[in-house]
Amino acid sequence: MAAETIRLDVARYRPEEDAEPVLQSYEVPLRPDWAVLDGLAHIKDHLDGTLSFRWSCRMGICGSCGMDVDGEPRLTCGTFLAEYGAGPVRIEPLKGFPVIRDLVVDIDGFLAKLSSVRPWLVREGEEPPLTAEYAQTPAQLDAYKQYSMCINCMLCYSACPVYVLDPDFLGPAAIALAQRYNLDSRDMDDRFDVLNLEEAVWGCTFVGDCTRVCPKHVDPAEAIQRYKVTAALRSVLPWSGR
Amino acid sequence: MRRRLEPYLWLLFSGGGVVAALTLPVLVLLFGVLMPLGVVAWPSAAHLRALVDAPLVRGAVVVALTLCLFHAAHRIRFTSEELLGLRRWDALVAVLCYGAAVAGGVTAITLLF
Repeated sequence: MAAETIRLDVARYRPEEDAEPVLQSYEVPLRPDWAVLDGLAHIKDHLDGTLSFRWSCRMGICGSCGMDVDGEPRLTCGTFLAEYGAGPVRIEPLKGFPVIRDLVVDIDGFLAKLSSVRPWLVREGEEPPLTAEYAQTPAQLDAYKQYSMCINCMLCYSACPVYVLDPDFLGPAAIALAQRYNLDSRDMDDRFDVLNLEEAVWGCTFVGDCTRVCPKHVDPAEAIQRYKVTAALRSVLPWSGR
Repeated sequence: MRRRLEPYLWLLFSGGGVVAALTLPVLVLLFGVLMPLGVVAWPSAAHLRALVDAPLVRGAVVVALTLCLFHAAHRIRFTSEELLGLRRWDALVAVLCYGAAVAGGVTAITLLF
């Protein structure tokens, strides 16, 4: 048992020496309680200190350690090596993003999309005292709570064939987050200007892989389809609100 | 142009999906399973003709058919563009797909009225 190992084929890309990413193999201990992230940490600590990857909380809430594990976007802290039997396990950076180094991808595009949907409560025409409360009923909370579980891990972008083909697509998480605020009874915006676009909800062809890979069980595909109904009705009936 | 059209095309697509989901399973069950198995008797030609004699029924058939064709056109447009890499030709593909749906609807109208 103690001697059992598993081979990890890890994508390496060192811009100063590699023209394109190459796979490098490492043997790491196979332990039932080890996640893929533990295997990568073992490589970094004991086998090859030059390997670069992002991680933070190790408990599936920070959204930093998303990688492509055997062709599927996964949080590496929540994906166990034992799932892959005798191995090997192929670990690559998230598909659809520019690679900076090894398993680290450039997320600037995603962050710009995220802030473009005004992901905060928009209120107009009031200056309430700081002690003001906005009570919500359980039903009003349920209307958006699911979408508020998003941890911005970008697995949905990596799984989305529309995004991988067209990097300008606003994408699942940003639209789901827009809906998180649209459906909040305290919000007064409907983000029609940023969502009713060819590169926003109308780019989605409802493949549904975003929902399938989401580690927090958010349903971005549903968020997008629901906004299509909103946007279509608002286009047909210009006087209708949301 | 496309930005303003897309919501309308999507409404036709989604309406077609609803119509197809409501009508096709019933038709397949009746004409594909129950009637061939003899559980339900085949309707006579006269019976079917009497059914579509009512202008309201004809209108409903035209609407259902056309919406289903728009649903198919929308799917074929995006599937072909993505599978065959025809994104650049979107305007042409869209005209062909939705044009075929319109032609199907016009054909249904000329046959039924």
